[in-house]
Amino acid sequence: MKNINKTKDEYKEIVKNEQPVVEKGRNVLRAFLVGGGICLFGQILWDLYLYLFDLSKQDAGTLATITMIFLGGLLTGLDIYDELGQFAGAGSLVPVTGFANSMVSPALEYKQEGFIMGIGANLFSIAGPVLTYGMVSAFIIGALKNIFGG
Amino acid sequence: MIEIGIFILSFSVGGLICAVCQLILDNTRLTPAHILVGLVILGSILTGLGWYESLIKIAGAGATIPVSNFGYILTKGALDAAQKDGLLGLFKGVLARASAGISASVIIAFFITLIFNPKE
Amino acid sequence: MAVKKRGQTFVYSNPPHIVAHASIVGPEESRGPYGEYFDLHCSDTKCGKDSWEKGEEQMAADAVNLSMDKASVSAADVDFLLGGDLLNQIITSDFVARDQDIPFLGLYSACATLVEGLLLGAGLMDGGFADCVVAFASSHYQTAERQYRTPLEYGVQYPPYKQFTVTAAGSYVLGWTGGGVWITHGTLGKVMDLGVSDPNDLGSAMAPAAAELILQHFSDLKRGIVDYDLILTGDLGKSGIKMLTVLLEEKGILLSDKLMDCGAEIFGGEKKYGAGGSGVGASAAFVGSVIIPRLISGELERVLLVGTGALLSTITVKQSETIPGISHGVVIEKLPGG
Repeated sequence: MKNINKTKDEYKEIVKNEQPVVEKGRNVLRAFLVGGGICLFGQILWDLYLYLFDLSKQDAGTLATITMIFLGGLLTGLDIYDELGQFAGAGSLVPVTGFANSMVSPALEYKQEGFIMGIGANLFSIAGPVLTYGMVSAFIIGALKNIFGG
Repeated sequence: MIEIGIFILSFSVGGLICAVCQLILDNTRLTPAHILVGLVILGSILTGLGWYESLIKIAGAGATIPVSNFGYILTKGALDAAQKDGLLGLFKGVLARASAGISASVIIAFFITLIFNPKE
Repeated sequence: MAVKKRGQTFVYSNPPHIVAHASIVGPEESRGPYGEYFDLHCSDTKCGKDSWEKGEEQMAADAVNLSMDKASVSAADVDFLLGGDLLNQIITSDFVARDQDIPFLGLYSACATLVEGLLLGAGLMDGGFADCVVAFASSHYQTAERQYRTPLEYGVQYPPYKQFTVTAAGSYVLGWTGGGVWITHGTLGKVMDLGVSDPNDLGSAMAPAAAELILQHFSDLKRGIVDYDLILTGDLGKSGIKMLTVLLEEKGILLSDKLMDCGAEIFGGEKKYGAGGSGVGASAAFVGSVIIPRLISGELERVLLVGTGALLSTITVKQSETIPGISHGVVIEKLPGG
C-alpha cells in the first residue's frame, strides 16, 4: 500500500496549478514578429535579386529561398539559431531557415561519430519526416487530380 | 517600381502562419515535428485546390518562406508533370521544382557541418 | 530473518563512514554559485578528449581516482566498485570500471543512482561483505541531451519548467574509519507513476516518488521533519520541489526551509537554465562538496538525502508512455563527537 494514493487526474491538477506558466500571449507575439520578419527579409531578397540580376520571378524567388537556407544553416553553425528558437518558437521553426537548422543541428551534433554514420546518417534525422510526407502527399494529391480530372 | 504592399503582406502572412503554429504548439501536445509535417501536407492540399498559388501571388515570400512551401513545390511539380506524362509524371515530377530547395539544403547543410563544431 | 530492516528501511547497526569524496564539474557548473566548492573543474565539456562520451568517462574516472587518493586507499583495498550514469547500458560507468582492478556492480536508477550506490555500499559493509566500497555516479549535459532530447543547436522552444543536465561526477569512499560523517539508514523506494508524460517536465514526474519515499522513511523510523536539519532532494528542480511541497503538505508535513534541491541550486538563479539542473551528477558532486562539509562543520547534524530518478527511455517517450519516478534515501549524519 503506497503512502501517496492520488489519482492521475488529481495529480495533473496539482501540476497545472504549481507549474510555472508558459506565457502564451508573449510567445504568439514573438512568433508573429520574428516569423514575419524572416519572411519580410526573404521578400526583400527576392525583390533585390529581381532588380539586380536578369532572372525570372520564379528563379529569383528560388534564389532568395536558397539564400535563406544558407543563412539558417550559418546561424546554426554560429550557435545563434538555437537561442533565436528559444526566443521566437514557431517564428524561427516554420520558415525555411528553420528547416536548414533542422538539418545542420543533428549533423553537427553527430559529427564526432564520423562522416558516414555521423554527418551522413543524421542530416535527415529531423528533416526526414517533412520530406517524406511532402513527397507522399504530393503524390496522392497528384494522383487524385489525375483520376478525378481536377 | 517597387510595390510597398507586398512587403506588408509578406510580413503579415508569414507572421500569421508562424503565430498560428505557435498557438498549436503551446496549446496541444503536438511537437515541432508534427507541426512541420502538418504544414507541408497542408501546403500540398492547398496546392491541389489551386489556392497556394494565389496565396503566393498575394503574399510573396510570406507564402514561399514557410515550410508549407515545400508542400507547394513538391505537389506543383507532380501536378505539372502528371499533365504531360500521366502516372509516370507523378514520379518524375515530385522533385522537379523542389530540386533547388532540397539540393541546396543538403549541400549547404553538409558544408556548414564540415566548417563548424557544436557548442561546448 | 531480516533483523536490520524496518519497513523499507535499512538500519545499519555498524554505520559505514564516508571516508572521502571527490567531485568534478564542467565549465557551466564551475561558473555557478558553488563552482569553487568542487575539487576539479573541466575547462571544456570534452575534458580534452575527442568526444563528449569520452569526456564524461574521463570526468567519472578522475572523480573515482581522486576520492581514492584522498582516502589513501589503492584498488587492492577496495572490495567493490558501485557506479552508474545516465547513458544507455550505463556505458560511462562500465568504461570507468574497465580501468579499475576492482569488482564492479553497475547500477541504474536514473538520477537516484548515487543514493542507490551509497545505500547498497553501506549495506554490503554492514552485512559483513565488504570493508571498503567506492560508489560513484556521473552525468553530462551534451551526452545526455543528445541521447534523450533533440540536438543542442536545434532551435526549439523549451518551457520554463525544463531542467538542464548537469555536467558533473562524484565519487564516495565508504570505510570504517576516518571522514566526518556516516550513513546510518537507507530507505528503498517504490516506482511511482502519476501520469506525467512530458519529457521536459521531469521534476513533476519524480516528485510523487520523492514524497512517497519521505513519508515511508518517516513512518518506518517513527520520525518526522523535526528530526532532520535538511531534506536534500537530488534533481527535482525549481518546479518539482513545488509539487513535492504540495504533496507532503497534504499529508501534514511542512518542509518549509528544510528543503533543498541539488539540481535547483547548482546553477543558481541563472534564467537560461529554466528550472535548474538535473542529472545524477548534480547530487553526486553537490552532496560531497557542499553538504558534507556543512555536516562536518556542525552547521547541520542530520540530513536525509533523497535521490530522485525519472525512468524514461527515448523509445518509450516516442511511444507516448508516461514517465515513472523512483526515489531512494539515505541518512547522512555527523559522526558523534566528530
